[in-house]
Amino acid sequence: MKIDKQKSAAEVVASLKSGMTIGIGGWGPRRKPMALVREILRSDLKDLTIVGYGGTDMGMLCAAGKVRKLIYGFVSLDFIPLEPFFRKAREAGTIEAMELDEGLLHWGLRAAAMRLPFLPTRSGLATDQIAKVNPDLRMVTSPYDDGEVLLAMPAIKLDVALLHVHKADRLGNTRLYSPDPFFDEQMARAADRCIVSCEELVDRIDSDEADARFNPYERSLVTAVVLTRGGAHPTSHVPGYGWDAAHLKRYCAAAEEDNGWANYCAEFLGGDEAAYQKAVGGLDAITSLPRQVF
Amino acid sequence: MTTATDFTLAELLICACADVWAEEGEILATGIGIIPRIAQGLAKLTHSPGLMITDGEAYLVEEPVAIGAKNHEGRSYGGWMPYARVFDSLWHGRRHALVGPVQVDRWGQANISCIGEFSKPKRQMLGLRGFPGNSINHANSFFVPNHGPRVFVEKEVDLVCSVGYRKERWPAGVNSDYMSIHHIVTDLCVMDFGGPDHAIRVISLHPGVTFEQVQAATGFPLLQAPDIRETAHPTAEQLAIIRKLDPRDVRSKQLKDNPPGMRRAA
Repeated sequence: MKIDKQKSAAEVVASLKSGMTIGIGGWGPRRKPMALVREILRSDLKDLTIVGYGGTDMGMLCAAGKVRKLIYGFVSLDFIPLEPFFRKAREAGTIEAMELDEGLLHWGLRAAAMRLPFLPTRSGLATDQIAKVNPDLRMVTSPYDDGEVLLAMPAIKLDVALLHVHKADRLGNTRLYSPDPFFDEQMARAADRCIVSCEELVDRIDSDEADARFNPYERSLVTAVVLTRGGAHPTSHVPGYGWDAAHLKRYCAAAEEDNGWANYCAEFLGGDEAAYQKAVGGLDAITSLPRQVF
Repeated sequence: MTTATDFTLAELLICACADVWAEEGEILATGIGIIPRIAQGLAKLTHSPGLMITDGEAYLVEEPVAIGAKNHEGRSYGGWMPYARVFDSLWHGRRHALVGPVQVDRWGQANISCIGEFSKPKRQMLGLRGFPGNSINHANSFFVPNHGPRVFVEKEVDLVCSVGYRKERWPAGVNSDYMSIHHIVTDLCVMDFGGPDHAIRVISLHPGVTFEQVQAATGFPLLQAPDIRETAHPTAEQLAIIRKLDPRDVRSKQLKDNPPGMRRAA
C-alpha cells in the first residue's frame, strides 16, 4: 500500500490524550510548530507534560491551563528574556517544574533516543540541579579505574514529538534549511510518534545530493505530516520569515492585564487557523516578516 | 599606542572584559549581553586573534559582526556552530564564557534561576540555562554592571546554578579539574579568585574607585591583590575598534546615565 502520512492539524490533535508527554521542537521564539500548539489550545486536552527549549509554546499552554508539568532548558523569547506566562505559572506554583541545564535536557532526550535508561555527564554536579531542583536525579560511579562520580541523566521518553520543517512529502521525508536544527532530531527519536508540520507539502521529494543533506531525520521516524503554511507564527522560520516582534509584545502585554489571556484568546484564537492568520494580518504578512539580525 | 583620556565607563568595561580572554588561544569565546559581546570582538581584533566567535546565531565569523546591524549584508562565515555543536564544544572544554549572573557568592557560585524557594519562587528569573554544564566543563568569567550587596550576597546564592570553590558542594569522586572562574568584571573593579583557597580578591580598581567603596558594596570580605592597581584605560586603538564594533553606540545605553570612565573619588 502506498504510504500517505498527510493529516490535518485537527486529526493529529484528536489523536492525542490528556496526560501525555509531548516534546515540542524549535528553540525559544524560533521554529515552533505553533499551528499544532494552537490546535491543542482549542482542544480539551489537559494534564500535559511539555518538554523542550520553550517559548510561546510553553507559555500559551501554561496560560490555557493545559500543563501539569514542564521539562525545560529555559522558557524564553530571546529579546524578551523570560516568557511572561511561564513566569506567572511558576510564581503561582501551579505547575510542576523539571528545570534542567540546557545540555542535560539534550542528554535526557538523547538517552531516550538511544533507548538507554540514562546517560552519564558532569553537568549539574556541585550545583543545586540535584539538591534543590530535581532531588530525583541520581549519580553513578564509573566502573573503570578512574572511578569518577557522574550524574546519571534519565531518559526523557516522549509520547509525541511536534516539530516544524520547511518541506515534507507524503512518505514523511523532510527538509530543514534553518541555520540551526536545534534538538528536533533527538525529539523525533525519543518519541513514540512524531508529528511534523511543514510550510510546503509535496507528493514525493526527489532532490539532488546537496539538498538531501538537509534531511533532518529519516522518514521512518515521522508518523504524520501536516501542511501549515505560516504555521510557526509568531515564532520565526528561517529562511522564510522572522518572528513577529510586535505580536509577541502584544502577547506579553496580555500577561500583565486582568483577563489578559482570555482577551488574547478572544482576539486571536476564537476561530480556526485561517481566522488566526486573518487576525494577525494574513498569510502574506506572516511570510513577509523580516528575519531578525543578531 | 596612546592611552585615551576621554572615555566612558562602558568603554572601560568593554576593555576590561576583553582581557578575560587574553592568553586563551583557539577556543570559543561567548560573551552574553552587549558589553561582553563587544568585548569578545575587541579581544579577537587585538590580543587574541585565535578566538572563535559567532554571529550571534549559528555561524562562526572571523570578522566580528557589528552590534545593531540592520541586515546580513557583507557577512561571511568560516564555520558552523549550531547549539548541538556548542554543547559538544563546551563539554570538550574549549570555551570561555563571560556571563551575567544575578547573584554571586564568596565561593564564586552564581544564580540566574530564581529568588526564593525553587518550588514556588518569589521571582522566577532565567532558570539554570547552561550554567551547570558550562561551569563544570570550562572556564567562565562574570560581568556585573551593578556591583552591590544584592549581587554579591553575604551567604550562599539562593540557587546554585554554576559551580564554585565551596568544597562542601563537591561530592567525593566528582571531577573539579575542568572548572575555573577567571575574572569578575564589575562597574567598580576587576576581581579574581587568587586568594587562599580561591578567595576573591580585587586586582584592579576603576578610576576614582577605592577598595573601601568596593568592600562596602560587597556582602562578604574581599582581599586586595598585592599588586592592586588602577584598571587600564582604553587606548586610542581600542576605542577605534569599539566604535567599529558598535557603530550605533548601543554601549552608551547599557549603564544608567552612561557615566564617564574617569569618575571622581567618592
